[in-house]
Amino acid sequence: MKSRIERKFEVLKSRQEKALIPYITCGDPDLETTVSLVLALEKAGADIIELGIPYSDPLADGPVIQRASQRALKNPITIDAVFDMVEELRKQTMVPLVFLVYYNSVFRYGTERFLKNCSESGMDGLIIPDLPLEERRELYEQMKAYPIDLIPMAAPTSEERIQEIVQVGSGFVYCISSKGVTGKRVTFEDSLAHFMTQVKKYASIPTAIGFGISSQEAVTKLKGLSDGLIVGSSIIEKIEEGILAGDIEGKVFDFVRGLHQAIE
Amino acid sequence: MKDVKLPKRFGLFGGQFVPETLMNALIELEEKFIEAKEDESFQKNYQYYVKEYAGRPTSLYFAKNLTERLGGGKIYLKREDLNHTGAHKINNVIGQVLLAKRMGKKRIIAETGAGQHGVATATICAMFGLDCEVYMGEEDIQRQSLNVFKMKLLGAKVNSVTSGTATLKDATNEAIRDWVTHVDDTFYVIGSVVGPHPYPTMVRDFQRIIGDEVKEQILEKEGRHPDYLIACVGGGSNAMGLFYPFKEEVGINIIGVEASGKGVDTEEHAATIAKGSIGVLHGMMTYLLQNENGQILPVYSISAGLDYPGIGPEHAYFYASGRASYVSITDDEALEAFRFLTVTEGIIPALESAHAIGYLMKLAPTTGKEEIIVVNLSGRGDKDIDTVLKYLGRNENEKQD
Repeated sequence: MKSRIERKFEVLKSRQEKALIPYITCGDPDLETTVSLVLALEKAGADIIELGIPYSDPLADGPVIQRASQRALKNPITIDAVFDMVEELRKQTMVPLVFLVYYNSVFRYGTERFLKNCSESGMDGLIIPDLPLEERRELYEQMKAYPIDLIPMAAPTSEERIQEIVQVGSGFVYCISSKGVTGKRVTFEDSLAHFMTQVKKYASIPTAIGFGISSQEAVTKLKGLSDGLIVGSSIIEKIEEGILAGDIEGKVFDFVRGLHQAIE
Repeated sequence: MKDVKLPKRFGLFGGQFVPETLMNALIELEEKFIEAKEDESFQKNYQYYVKEYAGRPTSLYFAKNLTERLGGGKIYLKREDLNHTGAHKINNVIGQVLLAKRMGKKRIIAETGAGQHGVATATICAMFGLDCEVYMGEEDIQRQSLNVFKMKLLGAKVNSVTSGTATLKDATNEAIRDWVTHVDDTFYVIGSVVGPHPYPTMVRDFQRIIGDEVKEQILEKEGRHPDYLIACVGGGSNAMGLFYPFKEEVGINIIGVEASGKGVDTEEHAATIAKGSIGVLHGMMTYLLQNENGQILPVYSISAGLDYPGIGPEHAYFYASGRASYVSITDDEALEAFRFLTVTEGIIPALESAHAIGYLMKLAPTTGKEEIIVVNLSGRGDKDIDTVLKYLGRNENEKQD
């Protein structure tokens, strides 16, 4: 059976549309807000939603998402509480959900237990930014028993590794737009188009670009290069504005609505 | 895929848990490191600089007073404190920076805790005329202001890290983030036997000169191998440097000394082996101080160089396989050892090394007079004078109260 993520991309493709994939951190600033934010994101036009599990040492993340993790960890947030939240969400929406989770969170919790809870609570995929190809194979085999996609990540520096990277995974290929950590980029290198050509040459699954996409302009510019776009840090900044203004959902909704219009 | 030439794991431990963006850089680093290892001119160059510039070989000093006072086996101190820049760190930095030059990298970055690795890196970069940026936790910058000033004098840029706990762990995160961003022109000089493969192996190979020298020196002085090897362990590079050349020798007790801060039963310690569990941090699988959700816990030690929530993966393997044992020493015990070594031998040790002396003070009286103990005196204590003054001053005040 096809995964919810694959079906979502198929539907979008048949309509000649691209996937908008916003990112938020679970528990930023609390788990109740995360539930209402997911619903707001879906309403604003999100096709897949990436949920970060807050981590003390997020080494692939820039300062904005680090702040989100730190805000979330101010409360004693547990992985069990995150699964409970996903169960709660699944009573209200069937939008595809993927975790952005650092490997230590999975490993320490217990990989088998983590996968079981993912599938029981209704998660659709995992993105693990510190689990490159060499370390991913074992988990990939293990995950075949579960209806969860292990989303492979490719980078502009991957070069000859791309061919194998895209085969050890499913759902979509997370294409890292440029060197560096998450967070706004002023411009994107011309080589991004070449990189995407390379990925598409080998990938039999859809592609989505992430890292640094922060505005409607960037969305307009990049949407032709892939099947989807991932937006993270700039949404977290809207959450921060919303915390100050006392209207998190409103700030985030308006911003993502704008991104959705740009991607259509 | 290219052929893997060096083992990526030590048993279960080690590996390469890093963002994909760094993978080709690590593969290239491994290839160039292997080439360099096999290249006689590289080895000659390394030997030249550790000898002529850093001052090797360091002496293996028979600590007569210490031996008499403790009343057990014969105690030898491997005097890494006599190296240029005051600690063993420079051995590794010379190796890695020579490799960086060979690879044509123009920009060097490093993380530092106590500042010893930062100073060593800034020093070698000054000599070779390379750009150098050092990441250091804000907390450590406060504790080690002398080393911060030295790095700046040497022309390095010191970046204060305020994220997380603002110590070595976070400085390492920030250095990795810098490397992900500038991977094309930048060489990341890791200061200990930690990080993703090939770093733990490479740093060990640049530090094993400590143990290789001890092997020769002790044969010359005693005609046999030592019975005990003792070294302090944060990430564990001075310890691995001493231990590794002896790992196949039977009958040698290898002991790593962790920092237990205010005590292993408090929440303020850095005793990774004593209280840790297996996990992944800074690209490696190893023992970590973490909670049941995998969040890395804040660690504490009076010594900024041992204040690290992980341990090198080869140490984790030595522990798990039983080849080495790991013990811990508190702040108070380390300070006592700091004073004891200073008055007994006229050697002021780094607070890190004082932990090894602290355990020596427990062990030596239980050993036989014919037994031989080698302690790695990894660094000198100049950098710690302020900390010790403050601590002793506070204790004096408490007594008066």
